[in-house]
Amino acid sequence: MTGQLQFRDVTIGYDRHPAVHHLTGAIEQGALLAVVGPNGAGKSTLFKGIVGALPLLAGRIDRGGLAAHDIAYLPQVAEIDRSFPIGVYDMVAMGLWKRTGVFGGIDAEGRARIRDALAAVGLTGFEQRAIATLSGGQMQRMLFARLLLQDARAILLDEPFNAIDSRTASDLLDLIRRWHGEQRTVLAALHDLDLVRAYFPQTLLLAREPIAWGETATVLTPQNLLKARQMCEAFDEQAAACAAPVAG
Amino acid sequence: MHGHAHDIASLWTEDALRQSLAAVVILAISAAPVGVFLMLRRMSLVGDAMSHAILPGAAIGFLVSGLNVFAMTLGGLIAGLVIAVLAGLIARATEIKEDASLAVFLLVSLALGVVIVTVKGMDAEHLMEFLFGETAAAISADKLMLIAGNATVSTLVLALIYRPLVLDCVDPNFLRSVSSAGAAAHLAFLALLVINLISGFHALGTLLGVGIMIVPAAIARFWSRDITVMIAIAVGSGALAGIAGVLASHEAGIPAGAGVILAAGILYFGSVILGPVGGLVWKLFPGRHLEA
Repeated sequence: MTGQLQFRDVTIGYDRHPAVHHLTGAIEQGALLAVVGPNGAGKSTLFKGIVGALPLLAGRIDRGGLAAHDIAYLPQVAEIDRSFPIGVYDMVAMGLWKRTGVFGGIDAEGRARIRDALAAVGLTGFEQRAIATLSGGQMQRMLFARLLLQDARAILLDEPFNAIDSRTASDLLDLIRRWHGEQRTVLAALHDLDLVRAYFPQTLLLAREPIAWGETATVLTPQNLLKARQMCEAFDEQAAACAAPVAG
Repeated sequence: MHGHAHDIASLWTEDALRQSLAAVVILAISAAPVGVFLMLRRMSLVGDAMSHAILPGAAIGFLVSGLNVFAMTLGGLIAGLVIAVLAGLIARATEIKEDASLAVFLLVSLALGVVIVTVKGMDAEHLMEFLFGETAAAISADKLMLIAGNATVSTLVLALIYRPLVLDCVDPNFLRSVSSAGAAAHLAFLALLVINLISGFHALGTLLGVGIMIVPAAIARFWSRDITVMIAIAVGSGALAGIAGVLASHEAGIPAGAGVILAAGILYFGSVILGPVGGLVWKLFPGRHLEA
């Protein structure tokens, strides 16, 4: 099926240590999936593997005909240099990369789309503000405006609601539901289980190994959550090479 | 010692002075924007260290053909590019950070440069010129052409890699998700660093040449929160310091590098005090708070 993300025994990690271990499964086009798990469970690693920012240690990811620019990625805010002297408008405009590339200019239609995206996240009037002066919530709204412009068929959100107030979170959730309504695939790494239960039909519970994957209600059971919490965070420096058979 | 009126008149009659003034202005246009990116990537000290890397290459050029502009340039260029690319690749491929990786290369290569210069033997006057720039601002036509050529390449390439370079600084993960241009832009940037250091080295000496890159960028930080404006301010203040420094060097017979960097230093401390972005005066006397 086109637009389906398929994982075949995927292992992604650092220095041969797996951060995501033996993940197999598929995400249908148009799915709204929460990725849940303790810190160090491999949520960010999984997203970086999907967009190709980290190489796979084993297995393969079939992107179902999605090109790199069909997948939009929202990194954790902590990975952005907020002291960099760039304005909100220029930052959001980078969402048009698929059209402009490295050299292309932004035409009248592009400028109109930037205006609309800023309006959609409630940042009209912030165009010339330096990103260093934004609050946490405004920063996240700006990054969602950039996602809007990317107009991607799959959207990966790494902890989009960290340290933002409930009004901003609910505005951004409206955008996520709008994307879901437009049949875009949305993956979000989240910590707030109430929010996951309320808005996300499907959940992947990850603790390096996948613990459970499916309907949110059947995944987020006390037993599964306990199992996820028992994951050992430290890598074992003496670990032997993984003995599991390599999938074809 | 020349009189002031004589100096203004001599602008139009002395080739060496005119060439020196042209060289420092061109150098500011070319090197100051590179310095802004160095600062924003927190690589200011890398630029400093990098300038030492050019020394052994220039010294080998000197060894082969004496004080010849093109031989020393070619030597410096090759040494600088080899070290920049090797250190950059090692940093990207291993756990070591780029600054530490460069520091190792540069210390080794500085030591090598000292050995070569000593073995060949260089008299004190030429060594002063080598390290601190031409005394009394006398940049030759050969050097001016070289600086102008480097500036043309540098400005064009910087314009080409500008967008990925900015994104690689502010949001590298996003850049990696939309394009693979980040690594190429970074390596091209290191090459620009080298050719601008070579220009700076010819105009202002090996030790102080890097200053025309670093100091104007630091000045610009106090005047704007927008990278485009910062680049314009860095170029302007670099050119201003260059002109003032060359005239002072001509007047007082001090090395050009020292004159230019001292002038830039005066602008820097003025900016620390008066600059609207984090300057001391604005911190101490912020004025009444606003309505909204």
